[in-house]
This record gives sequence, structure tokens and C-alpha cells, in this order.
Amino acid sequence: MAQAEPLLLMEGITKTFPGVRALRGASLRVGPGEVHAVIGQNGAGKSTMIKILTGAYRRDSGSIFFNGKPIEFHSPQAAQLAGVNTIYQEINLVPFRSVSENIFLGREPRRLGFINWSRMNAEARALLQQFDVKIDVTRPLLTYNVAIQQMVAIARAISFKSKLVIMDEPTSSLDDKEVSTLFEVIRRLKAQGVSVIFVSHRLDELYAVCDRVTVMRDGQTVTDKAIKEITKLELVALMLGKELGEVTRSGTTGFSEGTHQAEEQLLEARKLKVGHRLNDVDLDVRAGEIVGLAGLLGSGRTEVARAVFGADQLEGGQVKVDNRPVHFRSPADAIKAGIGFCSEDRKVEGIIPFMSVRENMTLALLPHLSRAGIVQKAKQQEIVEKFIKRLDIKTAGPEQKIRELSGGNQQKVLLARWLCLNPRLLLLDEPTRGIDVGAKSEIQALINELANEGLGVLMISSELEELTEGCDRVVVLRDGHSVAEIPHEGISENAIMAAMVHETAAAPGGERNTDV
Amino acid sequence: MSELKSVENTLASPTGKAPTGPARGNGLKREGLGNFLRSYGALLALLLLVIYNIIFTRNFLTTQTLNVNLTQVATIVIVATGMTLVIATGGIDLSVGSLMAISGALAPLIFLSKQGPFSDPVLGVVAAFIIPVLVAGAFGLFNGSLVTHFKIQPIIATLVLFIAGRGIAQVVTNGNLQTFRNPSFQYIGLGRPFDIPFQVILMLVIVALTAWVMRVTIFGRYVLAVGGNEAAARLSGVPVNRVKLAVYVISGILSGIAGLIVIAINSSSDANLVGQNMELDAIAAVAVGGTPLTGGRVTIFGTLIGALIIQLIRYTLLANRVPDAAALVVKAAIILVAVYIQRPRQS
Amino acid sequence: MATIPANAAAVPPGKSQSNTRARAASILQRQGVLIALVLLVLFGSIRYENFLSVYNISSVLRFNSMIALIALGMTFVIMTGGIDLSVGSVAALASVVAAQVSPNGLLPAVAAALLVGIFIGFLNGFIIAKLHILPFITTLAMLLAARGMALILANNTSVSASYETDFTKLGQGDLFGIDFLPIPAVIMVAAFLVGIIVINYTGFGRHVLAVGGNEEATRLMGLPVDRIKIAVYTINGALAALAGIILASQFGAGQPLEGNGWELSAIASVVVGGTLLTGGMGSVGSSLIGALLLGLIFNILNFENGRGFISLSAYWQSVIRGFFLLVVVLLQNRLARRNKT
Repeated sequence: MAQAEPLLLMEGITKTFPGVRALRGASLRVGPGEVHAVIGQNGAGKSTMIKILTGAYRRDSGSIFFNGKPIEFHSPQAAQLAGVNTIYQEINLVPFRSVSENIFLGREPRRLGFINWSRMNAEARALLQQFDVKIDVTRPLLTYNVAIQQMVAIARAISFKSKLVIMDEPTSSLDDKEVSTLFEVIRRLKAQGVSVIFVSHRLDELYAVCDRVTVMRDGQTVTDKAIKEITKLELVALMLGKELGEVTRSGTTGFSEGTHQAEEQLLEARKLKVGHRLNDVDLDVRAGEIVGLAGLLGSGRTEVARAVFGADQLEGGQVKVDNRPVHFRSPADAIKAGIGFCSEDRKVEGIIPFMSVRENMTLALLPHLSRAGIVQKAKQQEIVEKFIKRLDIKTAGPEQKIRELSGGNQQKVLLARWLCLNPRLLLLDEPTRGIDVGAKSEIQALINELANEGLGVLMISSELEELTEGCDRVVVLRDGHSVAEIPHEGISENAIMAAMVHETAAAPGGERNTDV
Repeated sequence: MSELKSVENTLASPTGKAPTGPARGNGLKREGLGNFLRSYGALLALLLLVIYNIIFTRNFLTTQTLNVNLTQVATIVIVATGMTLVIATGGIDLSVGSLMAISGALAPLIFLSKQGPFSDPVLGVVAAFIIPVLVAGAFGLFNGSLVTHFKIQPIIATLVLFIAGRGIAQVVTNGNLQTFRNPSFQYIGLGRPFDIPFQVILMLVIVALTAWVMRVTIFGRYVLAVGGNEAAARLSGVPVNRVKLAVYVISGILSGIAGLIVIAINSSSDANLVGQNMELDAIAAVAVGGTPLTGGRVTIFGTLIGALIIQLIRYTLLANRVPDAAALVVKAAIILVAVYIQRPRQS
Repeated sequence: MATIPANAAAVPPGKSQSNTRARAASILQRQGVLIALVLLVLFGSIRYENFLSVYNISSVLRFNSMIALIALGMTFVIMTGGIDLSVGSVAALASVVAAQVSPNGLLPAVAAALLVGIFIGFLNGFIIAKLHILPFITTLAMLLAARGMALILANNTSVSASYETDFTKLGQGDLFGIDFLPIPAVIMVAAFLVGIIVINYTGFGRHVLAVGGNEEATRLMGLPVDRIKIAVYTINGALAALAGIILASQFGAGQPLEGNGWELSAIASVVVGGTLLTGGMGSVGSSLIGALLLGLIFNILNFENGRGFISLSAYWQSVIRGFFLLVVVLLQNRLARRNKT
């Protein structure tokens, strides 16, 4: 097919970091007004490719043509001025500053050398109006929710008269409604002739909004095709570097279908209340079952787990473990009662980066590993090696710093942190988020296996597939209330979605999304 | 944020294996040197200093020189050891000098008292060791509770006592110089068992004990976990607040001991001077020793070496007739160079 | 088409109320310092006869101008999320340089001392921004180095300034000879006016706040983060030097040992003024109020002693200051927490 002159052409790009060849002759071709998906597992080289394009990294070799001319951006600023703008996954704006400042930072309209505040605010308002966002632009950015913040980031990009907007996993912290708004904005950009590079782990989204897709693997470009010409399974196979047959044989997750043998009641939570974020949540988990916790962002999922775990203090309601009322004043109390909690954000609430795999894994176990305050190293070593083997953790050894592991392996270490305590109930908050496909299905299979062995699991997930295939029951939250409990027979993506949004549902807008 | 991401990107090959094997090559060598300097730079610098002095400074290799240097460095090391623990949790303690002044002001008041229970010479001296140190520990507890219960940044929380603490010492003594001769009390600064200054032994015991505690005990692990990632530590059941309280109390207690040593050496206590600028020396020793100020990593022996380097530089310059003032400039340069070399790898 | 749902964009009523409350609290927080200052002045003027005399006011302003100037520069540094411990030493060094050059006249003395301050400030900024050494460590080292240089230059003793030239007028004189316009106070007020305009109405000022609010984002937005950082430390160095010049001029001598602990007094002023130590948020004007508030405590202590009913030694001053800092920090902390919930 004859293609028009591409807007962006990157060819033969190589980049080596100390010890790692991140890119090995990768290429990327984006046409004008095209929405182009870039996908690949973690470590495939997507981010490096984009950072080279935007001037954050220097390439070792290869060529970049933009608008027909060879270019070399030495800084993100140079890229911006040339019309290449990036919207990063973790929204890179300044929370304390006003919306209008965030849009115009660095290019404030001036009069006699001084900032012209009224003009700046008016222009910011006008820009946001394009996307039907009507907000007070003089208020600090942090008073708005993530979706609005994302729109502000996009408005900033547009205001640079961008020819190419790069979105690095823009939907990872948006709920469905916000995602559809974002897609609408992308379509408008496209209509204005702006090209978009769209990086995402969520395959469904690519089909909803993208024209073409580039698949990367091991620092190389393996495919560049129109999205219509390729199936989801083919994409996954290309990303993993597997034959199509291997992928189709199982479902898309590592869970096996079928119920677990649910046993005695483990956790009983009634009318949980925390601030204005949780109101009236009921929840049961029995030994040996996986209970899904579904809901839009801001519906209070993470808060439920934190409240049960004693990380936040309950203001009302009752938690029973083994039919006995408990009152956990700190996570330490919950841990003593046999509960573990894998938080959503590995980096912020999970790993201790400069500690070794060994120390990270046994952190919660330490009180049991020590006598008179002294850690018994042999015992510790034994346990760590056992779990590295059991969970197939890819590490140079127990002494490797955890920060050097890939996301999936970090998550396995964090799971092992709880498993080595031999818990009876595990609270998992988005256990597979941001993890590459291979490790993801391994972790899912592990959760499944643990439940078979009698562990009770409460799993928070935004991925409907995970909920439908993995859970014995799904409890759905909305606005801090538990609004539905779907038994195993009734679990389907439609049923969950219907319960999450419901007709009268108000999106959690306005409120800050606390579990982003 | 970006740090970890790029680490993921650069280090995690698709199989998740850490990059090993032939792919490294040249980069490895360069990194190897960097790593070596990061790990042993301070020790190397100390060795170079010693060698320089052996060659160029007269009478360097004598026990007297050794004793002079060790005696002078002992208080810094003792305070810096506590500071290392505080810094390992991601905090800082600016109040150490003021706490030294308080303990230094209290001790003479106790053993010089003419009436009351402490007029008894034995009891007086025992109390003069215990009470000031406990008081300093209590002020450490105050620092710690500001940091934990009131969630005030450590630098501000300890700034309060930095300002007020010396004032308290001055008020207690009315700003007067207290002079005394009390051999049993002054043993802590002037005693010489086995011909080794007592405070040097004390210093070594404290350093060894702390290093041991950090290495093998659950408390040591907790300190590093709190400094490395407080939220994660809390969710893993680590008693974060108690750990933090403990390090500030330890820092206070060690400052109190250092205050006693200083006044014992001087045979006098001047609340205006005891422990002045000690926070700077202690922080400098910690930083030169290779403990990053961002918390989560720690080297107690590094701190000892850091303090020795700073001390030896001063001695070297003085022995070579460079004025004390110029020594300050050199000290500054050493701190910067040491921290620059040992700074964590940029990603 | 899917527009942003109204409820995502508009502020729900409950939230807006709590925002108004948050705003009210933040106003109280900022104006709280001002209110405290006003109350303290009221207290003083009612209790002490000469408290509101021209002489007392102008001498309070004259003596506190130095810490206030340093607090001004420190505010900028802290807004970027940094800290500068070297200012006291820089002031001492500048006072020595100014005194030594003072026989050549006021302008050469001021210029020479300012240059020294600018140079050291620039060096601080350069090391912090380009060599990526923590501000705390960098400026700690510079604290030692500047003190050392001051002592070397001054030969370990104070350096008399020239009374032949106009130099001492700068610290001791009044503008146009009007006795309620002491020159150091005029300089201080002028500097703060410039500072307030810079932070609110110039790109540089907003960028300073942006760097402190989210450095990575600011960098990705294409702002010259390194240059901004170098600039704030350079400004702080210059203001510290200005304080040193006033010091030398006021006392008629360069003081190599003076300025000990000024950095912490300045930081305390900034914190009392409500600027976040983590950067990104704050107020320049409030730092001035903070500095005056802390200075006034000493003044009131003097008056109290003068009345003769009690005799609090000067040593109480630092105890009271420390206590005051504690109270302010605890109050701010409570307000901040209330804002959150």
C-alpha cells in the first residue's frame, strides 16, 4: 500500500545502556493525522524509543526524520518547539500551581515583561473549552481529578501547536468514562491533522482508537501494520514472540475456569466506614475462594483493603475474622491475625528499593525470624531460597537489590513477602498492573493455586477479564458503597460493568481519586 | 519515579534476568571503578592521608599523635554514630550540639551540688553520668515525637531544640562558666586504661555495638526499611513510629555522652561553647563516610572513617602549619569531593 | 460525542464548600503570621511606654534587616525545594571584604562584597544543579569554606571599616536624614517589594515555584531547571552578602566570626512565614513578617527586663524563639491536616 510521506520516520535506532542493549535497530513510522499504537512487553524498548524521539536520551545510531527533515532534539524543550509533545503516564504537571500556569508554564503571556494573568487565564479557559472542560483555571491543579489533569496536559500539548502528540499509557489511571472522553479528544486531534503515538498495555483500547500499530520486542520493531489487519491474539503472540497456537490454547489470563471449594467464613466486614470515601461496605471472604472487588476509580476499592488491613482507621462498621470481632490499629495487628496486603503501587508502597530480594521478602516475617531481636540468618536464607524457586523469581540471587528486578519479578517478591508468613487471607490490590504478559499469567496462576490450597483471596482489579476468569464471587463498589455481589454463575463482563455504572451512577468526578 | 522506570527499562531484559554475561564489557570496567570508589573511596582517602603523613609529617607514627587524633575525634564519632542512624531513617538531627551543651551543663550542677542527695561524692558522680544522659535522651524523645506524632519534618523539628536547647543550657547555668576538678567524673575524658584514652575505648565500643546492631538485629533492618520506603515498611507491619522515636532517642543519648566527655576534658563547662557546630561535623562525617542523606542505606564504619578523615585533614594541615581557617576550606572541599564520588549511580 | 461529564468538571457542592473552608484556612494560615505580629505589636505598645517610639521601631528594623534579607533569598531557595546553610558564613565573608575595601569608598566596597556573595551563591547552585550533590551537603561545605575564607582574609580578627568614606552611613544612617527611615530598613523593604513582584509577576518567579512543586515535570515542560536553581542560590548569595555589608557598616567592622546560626534563623523566619520546606508553595511577604516576628521577641524581652519586675537573662531569648517556632509549626501542621480531611 502506498503510504503518504510519513510525519515521523525513525530508522535503525540503537541505544545501549551500561550492560543492556535497549534498542537494536528499531524503527517507527507515523503518518500525518494517524493514531499510531506502540506496544510491547516491559523492557521491549518502547519507552527508550520515545525518550530518544523527545530528546530525553541520545541515540547511539540511526536516523530520525520529522516532517521530511532529519532532526535531532537535544532536550524535551527543543522537541516541544518543533511540535512533538509528550503526555506521560504519571501526569507530569505541577500540582500546587494553577491550571492556567500548568498550561502556559515557560511561555506565559507577558506585558511589559510581567506576566499577564488575565490573558493567560482567558487563553487557558479557551483551550480547555475545546474539549468541553469548564473549570476554574485559577485553582491549583491538585484540586482536580486525574481525568481533568490529563486534559490539562493535553491542552498544554495542543497549545504548542503540536504536530505529534505522544501519550505514554494515558489511560492507566482513568476510569471507563474518562477513557472515552480521552478517545474523543484523540479523534478531534486526528481531525485537526495532528498525529498521535499511543502507548498502552490495554489491547482493547488500541482497536477503539488507533489506525496502525507497531509491535516491539527485545529492542526491535517486529511489526508495523494497520490495526484492522491484525487480531488481538496475533498481537499478543507477536509481543511474546510465541507461535499463535501457544497463545490460543489457554484463556487470556492465567486463571483456570471453575470454582474453588469454598470453606469456612474467614473475613466478614459489615458497614465499613472511612471518612467520606467509604460508606456502608459489606464483604465476606471464605477460606479457599477468590473474591473480586470491582468498581470504578474512586469507588473505594483500595480504601476497603486498607481499612480491613488496619492501614486506615475505621470510623464505623465491624470487621470479623473467624467470626470474632477484631479491631486492627495498625497493619502489624492485621499481619498477626494472618492477613497480608499487596498494595497497588509497588514502588510507592511495596518495594524497599535499596534492600535485597532477601530482605524485601522477609520484611514482614522478621519478628518470627528473630530471637532476642537478632535475625536468624540461616533460617531466613532457607525461606528466601524456597520462595525464589517456588515462584520462579528471576533474580541473580537473594542478595540482588530489588530495584534491579523487572516489575513482574518485584511483584513476585512482594507476594512472597506475604506467602512466607503463611497467611490465611490475602488482600491483593491490582496484583498484575503494569506487569508484562508473561509474568502476569504466572502470577494469576499462582493466585489460583493458592486459593486451591485454602487461602482466602480478596482481589481488586480493573481488568474485567481477570475478574470474570479468576473470581468465585465479585463484589462491586460504587461511591463507597457495596452495591452488588455477583455469584460465580452470574459473573460476566456485562454484569460487572452494569453494576459498576448503574443508571443512577454518578462518576466519581469532582472528588479526587484517592486510589489512583 | 522515573528512576525506577528507567531501571526497569534498562536492566530488565525481556526474560526478567538481571543483565549478566558478555553484554557488559567496557561499561562494566568503568562501572567497576565507580563502584569501587563508591564502596571504598573513603577508606582509600584515609589510607592516602595516613601515607602522606607518614612521609611528610614529622613524628606522625607515634602513639602520642595517634592518641591526640583519636581523642579529638572521639566525640565527633560518638555523635555521628547516632546521626548515622537518624539519617538512615531519612531524618536529620540538628539538635545534637545543643543537647551536648545541656548534658554538659547539668553534670557539674549535679556533682558540684553542696546539698541534697547528690552532695554525696559517689552518688553525685554516678548521677552526673546518668541524669544528663537521660535528659538528653528525653530531649531526643521530644525530637522523635515531633517527627512521628506531629509529622513535622526532621530538619524543622530538630531546629526547635537547636535554637532552644543551647538557651536552656545557658539559662540553667546562667551563662556562667563552671570549672571543676573531679577525677572520678573526669575519667570519662581523661582516664587512660591500658594507656588508651577512655573516650577512645568508649567510641570504639559504641561504633562496634551500633554496627553489630545494624547488621544482625531486627531493629537494624527496620531502620533501613523505614528509611528506604516508609509506606511499604508500615504496610509490612514495621513499627515505623517506634523505630523513628528510637533513633532520635539514641542520637540524644549519644550526644549527652559526648557532652560529658567534652566538659571532662576541659575541666570546665561553658554552655555557650560545648558542642557548638557539632551538628555540622557529625553530618559531614556521615556524608563523607558514604551514608547517603536520603536514607535507606547505612555504613557505621564509614562514619568512623569519615570522621577520621576530617580529623586527620585538620591535623595534617595544622602539623604543616596551615592555619585552622584554611583547614575549614579544605574540609569543605573534601566533603564535596567525597559525596560527589560516592553519590548513587545516575540512571 | 462524549464530553467531559459535567460532574467530572464542575465541582460538586459539598466539595466546593470544603474548598472554601480550605481557602479560609489557608488565608488564616498565611495571615495568621500577620495577625500574630499585630497582636505582639499591640501587646508591646500597650505594655511599654516607648515601644512605638521612632527610635525603637527604627532600631528593630535596622537590626533585623540582615536576617530579613537572608530570609528573602532563603524563601526563593526553599521554594525550589532546596536549602542554603552557607548564608551566615557568606555574610561574614562579605562583611570582611566590604570592610577591607571600604577605604576606597562605599560603592567599591558594596560591589566587591556583592561579587563575592554572587560568586559563592553561583558555586552553590552550580554544584547542586550540575553535580547533583544535595543542597544540604553542598551548602554545608560552603558554610565551612566561606567561614574559613573570612577568617583567612581577616587574619582571625575583626577588620575595621573606614569612617573616612560613606561606608558606615549605609548601616548607621537614615535615608534623607529622616530618622524613621533607617537605610538598612529601606533596603530591606525595597528588596522585599522586588521579591514579591518577581515571585508573582515574572516568569522566573513562577518557574521557581514550579521547580519546587515538581522538578521532573518542570524539566519535561522544557524549563531550564538547572539555570533556575543556579539563579536562586546566586540571588541568595547576593542577599547574604548584602546582609554582610550592612553588618560591617553598622558595626564599623568586618566580622569574620559573626553570622553563626543566621542560616537557621532565616530558615525559621521562612517556616514561620508559612513557606513549605518541601518547596513549591509559599509567600515572600510572609517571610518578612516571620523575620520581624522572631526579631520582635527579643525586643519585647528587653522591654520586659527594663520594667524591672522580672529579670530574664538574654539566654531566654533563644528558648523563647525555639518555643515560638515550635508553636507555629504545630499550628501550621494542624491547619494543614484539617485541610486534608
